[in-house]
This record gives sequence, C-alpha cells and structure tokens, in this order.
Amino acid sequence: MEQLQIMSATPDSALLDLPWRLPLAEWPDDVLAALPRGISRHVVRFVRLDGRVLAIKEISELVAFREYDLLRQLGKLEVPSVLPIGVVTGRRSDDGEPLEAALVTEHLAFSLPYRAVFSQALRPDTATRLIDALAVLLVRLHLVGFYWGDVSLSNTLFRRDADQFAAYLVDAETGALHRELSPGQRSYDLDLARTNIIGELMDLAAGELLDEDIDEIGIGDSLVERYAGLWEALTGVEAFGSDERWRVAARIDHLNDLGFDVGELAITTDIDGTTVQIQPKVVDAGHHSRRLLRLTGLDVQDNQARRLLNDLDSYRAATDRQEDDEQLVAHDWLQNVFRATVRAVPRELRRKLEPAQLFHEILDHRWFISERAQRDVPMPEATASYVENVLRHRPDEKAILGLAPGEEDPEADHFHLST
Amino acid sequence: MATVTFDHATRVYPGTERPAVDALNLHIEDGEFLVLVGPSGCGKSTSLRMLAGLEDVNAGNIYIGDRDVTDVQPKDRDIAMVFQNYALYPHMSVADNMGFALKIAGTPKAEIRQRVEEAAKILDLTEYLDRKPKALSGGQRQRVAMGRAIVRQPQVFLMDEPLSNLDAKLRVQTRTQIASLQRRLGVTTVYVTHDQTEALTMGDRIAVLKDGLLQQVGTPREMYDTPNNVFVAGFIGSPAMNIGTFEIKDGRAQVGHATVPLQRSVIDGLTEADNGKVTIGFRPEALDVVSEGSEDAFQLQVNLVEELGSDAFVYGDLLSSSADLHSGSSDQVIVRVDPRNTPMKGDTIHVTIQQGQEHVFGAATGERLS
Repeated sequence: MEQLQIMSATPDSALLDLPWRLPLAEWPDDVLAALPRGISRHVVRFVRLDGRVLAIKEISELVAFREYDLLRQLGKLEVPSVLPIGVVTGRRSDDGEPLEAALVTEHLAFSLPYRAVFSQALRPDTATRLIDALAVLLVRLHLVGFYWGDVSLSNTLFRRDADQFAAYLVDAETGALHRELSPGQRSYDLDLARTNIIGELMDLAAGELLDEDIDEIGIGDSLVERYAGLWEALTGVEAFGSDERWRVAARIDHLNDLGFDVGELAITTDIDGTTVQIQPKVVDAGHHSRRLLRLTGLDVQDNQARRLLNDLDSYRAATDRQEDDEQLVAHDWLQNVFRATVRAVPRELRRKLEPAQLFHEILDHRWFISERAQRDVPMPEATASYVENVLRHRPDEKAILGLAPGEEDPEADHFHLST
Repeated sequence: MATVTFDHATRVYPGTERPAVDALNLHIEDGEFLVLVGPSGCGKSTSLRMLAGLEDVNAGNIYIGDRDVTDVQPKDRDIAMVFQNYALYPHMSVADNMGFALKIAGTPKAEIRQRVEEAAKILDLTEYLDRKPKALSGGQRQRVAMGRAIVRQPQVFLMDEPLSNLDAKLRVQTRTQIASLQRRLGVTTVYVTHDQTEALTMGDRIAVLKDGLLQQVGTPREMYDTPNNVFVAGFIGSPAMNIGTFEIKDGRAQVGHATVPLQRSVIDGLTEADNGKVTIGFRPEALDVVSEGSEDAFQLQVNLVEELGSDAFVYGDLLSSSADLHSGSSDQVIVRVDPRNTPMKGDTIHVTIQQGQEHVFGAATGERLS
C-alpha cells in the first residue's frame, strides 16, 4: 500500500498535521488562511503553519515534481521566485481513493497579487510600474535561460520596492530551463506575455475594476518596449572609435544604474585598432542590494537598497565623514538612523510593511512635510507624523492572500447576477 | 489548411555533440493528426518547438505548406499552440474569453462574433456564450481554451502534452474530445506525448522517436502489427511486447524447452555480428496456453495473475532457459489468458506462439527481419 510521502529540502514535521486525506477543496476552514480569488486551473489553498503562510496546489505528481525542481533551480540562480517547500504524494482518502499530489510553496510575505494592487486607490502610473517590474523579471528569467511559457500578471506576485514594484515568479508549471534561449523562444514568451496581460486588463475592465481611461493594449505594448529596451541595454553590442574609451565605463555605469552588475564584459578591437566593440556577457541583477548588504547586512530589494544607500550618502555628508571608512559610517547610520527610525514606529503598526519599505515611505513623507513647512524636518518628527497621518490608515500588507474562509468572492457576485 | 514538412531538420543544443533532433524527415498531410511519441529526451518536444519557431534549426528546413518557415518568427508562422494558456477570465463572457486575442489583433467586431459563434457550435458551447466561465464544468472550460485557438483559424495546431496536468478521468475524456474535434475541424495537428496509449488512440499516424532519431512513422495499426525495430516493438502496445534474444540451432530459435521455426529469409539475412542469435518478440495476446507436451511449447512459472474482467494477464518467468525474455520494463513474460480460466500463482503453464505472430529482429541491429 502506498504511503503518504513528503519530499522536501526543508522538512517541517508540522506539514504532517495537515488533512492530506481530504481533497484540497474540502479542507476545513480552521486550517485555511485564505482561498484564492478568481478562477485558476487547479485547486489552490493557503494555510498558516508555524507563523508562515503556505500555498498548496493540487496537481499531477509528474508536474508537481517538475515544478518543484524548477523553482529550486530558479532559487539557486537567484531569480525572484516563490520558495518551494515540497511535494506531497501517495495521498489517499479515508475510503482508499487515491488523491492528486500537492505542491507546497511558501507564500511570499508582503507580496501583492495584481488584483489587490488594482483594487486599492491607485496612483495613475500603477499599471506602468507593474509592467516595468514584470519586464525586469522577464529579462532576468531569459538571461538565465528560463522560458516561462505562461507569463501573466496572475502568475506573478508584486512587492513594494521603494517607489517601484519588484516582481516575483509564482507559477512555473509551463516553464523550462534551457542553457540559453533562442530569439524565437524569447519573442514567443514576450508575445504570450503581451496577450495575457491585455487579456487580464480587459478582464478587470469588464469587472469595472479598471479606470476607464486605461488603454489595455497600450499597456501590453509597453511591456514589449520595456523588455526590448532593457534587453538591448544588458546584452547589446556597442561599437565606437578607440579614442572614445570612456564609453566602456559609461556602459558599466548605465548598467549599474539599471540595477545590474557587470560580471563579464567582452571587449574586441578590429585589426587596425581603430574601433572597439563591447558587449556585456554576464550581468547580475541586484547591484544596489549587494552593496547595501555588504555595508550593513541589510537584505532588501534593489530599489529599496538604492534609496537606503542615498540616505547613507547624505548621512555621510551631513556628519562630514567622507574621509572615514565607509563600513564604519554605514554601521553608525544603521544604528542611529535606520534602526532608530524603524524602532520609533509602534510595534503593532510596524509589521504592516517591510522595514526597508517603511523607511522609504518615512523618507518620502519627510520630504513632503519639509517642503510644506519650508524647513528641514528631523527624522523623529517625520516618523511620528508618518505614523499618525499615514501608516495608521494603511492596510496590513504582510499577508494579502485572497478570500477569508467562508467569505464570498466579491467578484463572484458578479457571476451570479449575470448568469 | 496546410501540410507540414520537416526536411532533414536538425537541432543541436550549444555545448552538446549529439543532436537533440537528427535530420528529421517527416511529411504531414493537410488535415492529418500526427502524434510525436517517445520516451523522455527522444526529441519529440524539440521537434514540435522547432516547428513552432521556439528552437533554432541548425540544419535542414521546415515548411508549412510550400512556405519555408525555418527562419520565420513564431508569431508569423500562422500556427496555434493549443492549451498554452487556458486561464479563463472571470469577468468576461465565454464569447469574450474565446475572442479576446482577435480583439487585440484588431479584427472587426462582427467578424469576431461570427468566428466565435462558429467555434462555439463545433464545441457545443453555443448556449454558454453569454455566460461567465464560473458557470462551466471543467470539461467545458477546456473547450473554451480550445476555442481560443480555433477562432484564430491557424494553419496548424500544435499541442505539447496538453493532458499532462489533468486528472486521470478528465484526461481520458479530453483525449476523446480533442481527437473527434480535430476530425471535425480538419486542421493539421501535431501532438506530442510520452504516452503510447494516447498516441494509439488519437493519431491518424504516429511518429516514434528515440535519441533524436525518427524510428518509424505509420498508422497505429502498422506500428502495432509491423514495428520496424526492437525499440518500436517494445514501446508501442500495453502491456508491452515480450522480447528476448535466443540461440539459433538447425534453423530454429531455442526458446526454453521449445523451438521457434525461422523463415528461410531470416536465416539468410543473418550476419556474423548476430553471433548465431536472433531477437524474437511476441505480444501477450499472441500466445496460446496449451497442454503439457504440446509441440513447440515453452514453460512459464506463474508469479502473478492480473484480472481485468474482460481480460486476464499472467506474469511469469521462462523456465529452462538462460535467455533474457521479458515484457517492457518488467522482468517477466506476460501472457493474455482466458479470464474465465486462469492459472494459480506458482503453477507452471505451457504456451505456444500463434503461427505467424512472432516478430523477428536482427540480434545485432535490432532491425525487423520478418
């Protein structure tokens, strides 16, 4: 008789306590954290386990193991994606009927599904920022040879990243990792992405969840443009005269500015040495987050890191310590500015956002109230004002999942009315 | 509608020596349902992706109709990958779910509606067109996904293991639906699967690949009755064919206590490399259980009897022979027996190969001799 098996690189015996003998759709409310919204291909449920939120998806054994392996490989390649926990097989119901295998992943804390992003009061450029984040993710996936096969907003989670978003891959079911992608694979993946995104936006529009002025096709097209621009910047060949060597450094600066480090740059000259060609061969995302990690030990997303590094630079200038060792200054900034600011936020409100995001928003708020007051508002005062006027009124974003157990899908009412 | 032709099409992945697909020659007729099948790593998906434009073609050409598409971008090939994306949009009607790609392409509204209605009729979805997907059953949602591809009216449908993430019941149901739908539409279809049962039940013709090489292409009946080589013989059919390699003595293969007569042409076709041996295959249903002492009977010790109602299969070991005779991935011989008259575990049974039902292959080459 086949036994229940849990294959996991990070075993957690608490997983055994879940009601694996029941089909996922019948799991009782008391184990569930939430149900997903909308219609998905498979049954998916969220459960809370030891302070973590796990997403569980019922899927055939073959596909489950494949997706688990792919997610692990993507993790090793440091591509932003959800963390796979394990695969549960050999499930049987109480009357001995075999049940489908289950893929368990860890839900990404502080992540926002696109439907949640669109259902909040929005800045007008939200759609653009989501598309930018997705373009960066797609380029990073393609750089490591990953063909996604079903790029869409639904298969992506978004995290706030300073004033931008960072995108994470959630669903790798249709994906495949190759040594290198052909132009055909990249263009097909991109074309699918465009079609899916336009479809998803049209769906939001049909549900009256999207501003009427938004041009769905225009947004889909902008993904293609953003992707093409970024791909060219990261991989394009640039040729110039040998007297313009400053362009090598300029190219590297430009890539750093886009958040990438250059691991390897190919430089070739023609026979008589009058022209030089350069092409980045290895680029790694996370330029700013790596620098911040090295200086302070803080592990945050790239745009957040950029913001924090800027503040560190201002601190260095303001305290007149340009000559000091950078690491020492960073240590003091971490203690006296960053940690002090985060600690000044009341504990129960602090967990609504990630610390780095909180710090970024306080910096923004300080700029805003300083301008209004026509003076430099110090951090403690800005923090207090931010807590009272902004944070208190914000939703908790640690685990925005979907529907609470028993809650009716607000979008489902729509179906009942129209069918 | 169009034919599809692979002309010495080759794909070599960077950094590898052996081609993933090696000089594939395959002509698919207009309206035909062709299944590419083989074990994992055989090149079937790579072949499909070459046709889709997702893999570079390193040598040779690919044609859709008379048009050489070898270097054409995927989106300009007039093909549709079916089931690539079958998430349905909850707020859109079934009609909009089927037609939204046409809307993106700027097709006039009236034409979209007409194409959607035609597709819905074929898919039995007409009465659901103005409803939301939530009102549909799992099978109907699959058909909406199929409808998305149909309304685009492509020259060729491509399907890459479309059933692999369905549960067993829906898989069998959808298998039948896809096959009958394809016949009604008459659109040339290339379908990839690792499952030979899917291949046998769905394809007009089947192409079996192994290690990047086309082994054989033919109708399901041809593949089953006259496999070209040992690999195809063992791959097609479930339970798999029993195959073993035996010594030849006096023009007969020595199978345990029994001998199997070989045709003159087989004996003449043997080479030194065969080392006096021949490979023989026979399907589980090509064996008769006979009484002890019957001529040309060999003995099997029964290990297991599998009763399936309409059929029963005996799994056993060949006695009095050191030859390795077994069916597929099992290490046993499989015999179909009368389900109303099954032996017991531990019994010894005597079986003969029905006349003319053996498949004979060269021991060295694995190629069919008769």
